[in-house]
Amino acid sequence: MNIREVVDSLSLDVKTEKGDLGRTVTGCYISDLLSDVMANAKEGEVWITLQTHPNIAAVAALKNLACIIITNKRNPEEETLKKAEDERITVAVSPLSTFEVGGMLYTLLRC
Amino acid sequence: MEANKNTEGSFHLTGGDFTNAGAASSELKSILTNLNISPDIVRRAAIATFEGEMNVIIHAVAGVMYYLITPDCIKVVLNDMGPGIPDIQQAMREGYSTAPDWVREMGWGAGMGLPNMKKNSDEFRIDSVVGEGTTVEVIIKIKEDKTP
Repeated sequence: MNIREVVDSLSLDVKTEKGDLGRTVTGCYISDLLSDVMANAKEGEVWITLQTHPNIAAVAALKNLACIIITNKRNPEEETLKKAEDERITVAVSPLSTFEVGGMLYTLLRC
Repeated sequence: MEANKNTEGSFHLTGGDFTNAGAASSELKSILTNLNISPDIVRRAAIATFEGEMNVIIHAVAGVMYYLITPDCIKVVLNDMGPGIPDIQQAMREGYSTAPDWVREMGWGAGMGLPNMKKNSDEFRIDSVVGEGTTVEVIIKIKEDKTP
């Protein structure tokens, strides 16, 4: 499954333009603690978080994550999107809760 | 990497500069990748250096990240002008943090930084003087030590 299919299936609103939507998604990691993501998320995974500040783009880039999904109607800061574009990381948002997005993604990736 | 050729350099880090957090680690990651160092070693170095960089940004006024890449290892030394750590053993304990609440709200300050640095390095040293600053040195081996 690639990012585009995840975006379509979860009706996500993509906030970036330069990310590779054709990139394969290998899994998902859910956390709002950035050190936890650095320690435990794996390359190619989607990261679901409530955090919106620019450091999430740096962490995602450093871990080579596929995409960041920000939940609960939160919007990324302008600087976050700028950094994400620089790093070609896709950032998408959802009005749903982390639980709901995570649950839907779990079903998608396990099927 | 060419045999016997070393690469070294340093980055200046500014305390409180969250906007550029990760820039030094990201650049070092690019340097390591361009040297064709294996992705697993680059990944470990990136985690260790990003955590070190964040510690300086969160706790210190300023600091320097120095790196030396040899054919055998990556050595990174982070030297900061910060408050210093009164009890290093306590600071090394997973979950212990002195970061302020606003930093924790950003998802940092979970007390995972120094343990993450240690986990991702082959050698780890920390030295601190209260009121002066902290020095953290990590070494990540590129080539396995062949001696038994």
